Amino acid sequence: MDYQLTDEQRIIVDTMRKFVREEILPLEDKLDPDAGDLEPEDKARLVAKVKDMGFFGFGIPAEYGGPDVDTTTMTLMAIEMAQHRAGLYNPCYGVFGGAGLAQLFEATEEQKEKYLYPTLDGKLTTFFGLTEPSGGSDPARAIQTRAVRDGDDWVLNGSKIFISGADRADFGLLFARTDAEKGRGGVTCFIVDTDTPGFYVRRVVHTLRSTRYATEIQIENMRVPHKNILGEVNKGFSIANERLSRQRIPYAAGCIGVAIKAQEMAIEYCKIRHTFGGPLASRQSIQWMIVDNELDIRTARYLCLDAAQKADRGEEFRTEAAMAKLVGSEAGGRVVDRAMQIFGGYGMTKDFPFERWYREMRIRRVGEGPSEVQRLVIARDLIGGAFH
Amino acid sequence: MGIRLDKKFQPLTAENLKDVHGHLGVYHLAEPDGAIYYIGYAGGRSLFGLNGELKRELQARDGRPALFRFEVNAQYLSRHEELLMLHVADHGELPERNRRELNHKLGRLTPA
Repeated sequence: MDYQLTDEQRIIVDTMRKFVREEILPLEDKLDPDAGDLEPEDKARLVAKVKDMGFFGFGIPAEYGGPDVDTTTMTLMAIEMAQHRAGLYNPCYGVFGGAGLAQLFEATEEQKEKYLYPTLDGKLTTFFGLTEPSGGSDPARAIQTRAVRDGDDWVLNGSKIFISGADRADFGLLFARTDAEKGRGGVTCFIVDTDTPGFYVRRVVHTLRSTRYATEIQIENMRVPHKNILGEVNKGFSIANERLSRQRIPYAAGCIGVAIKAQEMAIEYCKIRHTFGGPLASRQSIQWMIVDNELDIRTARYLCLDAAQKADRGEEFRTEAAMAKLVGSEAGGRVVDRAMQIFGGYGMTKDFPFERWYREMRIRRVGEGPSEVQRLVIARDLIGGAFH
Repeated sequence: MGIRLDKKFQPLTAENLKDVHGHLGVYHLAEPDGAIYYIGYAGGRSLFGLNGELKRELQARDGRPALFRFEVNAQYLSRHEELLMLHVADHGELPERNRRELNHKLGRLTPA
């Protein structure tokens, strides 16, 4: 396997790195350490700049107006875009745009007109409503939100938790059980408008992450037209599953980007910080931390690019994506932890980004499928057969 | 923990602020009749945290009486956002100063 970048990829990576360092970091220095967004005028200026660069619409297929880059190049870009304080959950503060809900590319033309195109234009915002209080790691079985057919409508009742952005969204994808007897074959995906009577955002769910919070949703006798089903009745789980697999690659890339930045800062600091008459860099204990960081970063990067390249070749990449997510999120956490140790007391303060990365990186081992589920996916593919 | 910040208000005085330390957190400011006129937070860039923010607010009142209550909270941004949404849910709109300062789309919350 050869990970030598093409000339085009090298130019893109260099451009992204320059953008983060020259455009994002200076603005970020003036924001609250937990900030999730830029000032509106700064954001508008940078969005215009990204459009001029031809990179706007990160993750959007070229036929819908996104940049014409493959998964490997997008992964390389995602690694660069994450290399700042807010980079894990809001890379470059969203100035590169995004695909929103990629599942909508499979929608009917009528659904695309109403939901997809306005979303790509930035006129509508969305949420992804899968996880329920009964569990998120096994959605096929845990989904208890019910949808019952009534004429041309479906009537939905239930609740969802850990749903990001539902309070601000115009619409979202909501998964509900339409056949109680069929397990994963009894789940349907509905496109729901958030101004529909019966849709309530009940509370903010506070977590380690102070920005981009999650919410809890309650659905009470909400009527959704049959035409708002995404895909087919009882085929919703495959839509969710596809998203979960594909999302694992950029999810891992973000962890790697932050780890690279933490390592860069740790190396720089250990050379200038002196203790007991010499720089930290001269201490074997510190050297080993730096070496262990590098091993973690390179292992995670290798697995992440391997998954991306398989996706680009059109091969099955579920196992590789699970490995990338598992190793990326766990290695990223270790790297940030060691960097904090090297920085000592300063590493714990909000003067530096480590404490935010430390909190947010901890979420990454649970979000988008916890490490244990990734191992389950990998084991299932290695050994074969579904486990019960 | 209830989602509302419903601790008892105290007069916003230098004496009362002696018991407020430099923590991260959120606060309500109200007119003497209890009408909330500002929902604020002390974040990572606040000098002396809640104490510093509330002292600044006290000075800005320029002798006019006011009430305050606060909550120490490391997740000050999401809690602040929640308090803003709760205020809209309860009163139909934000306090005027918050309305002026808000530079993003506020979410909708319908507490049970």
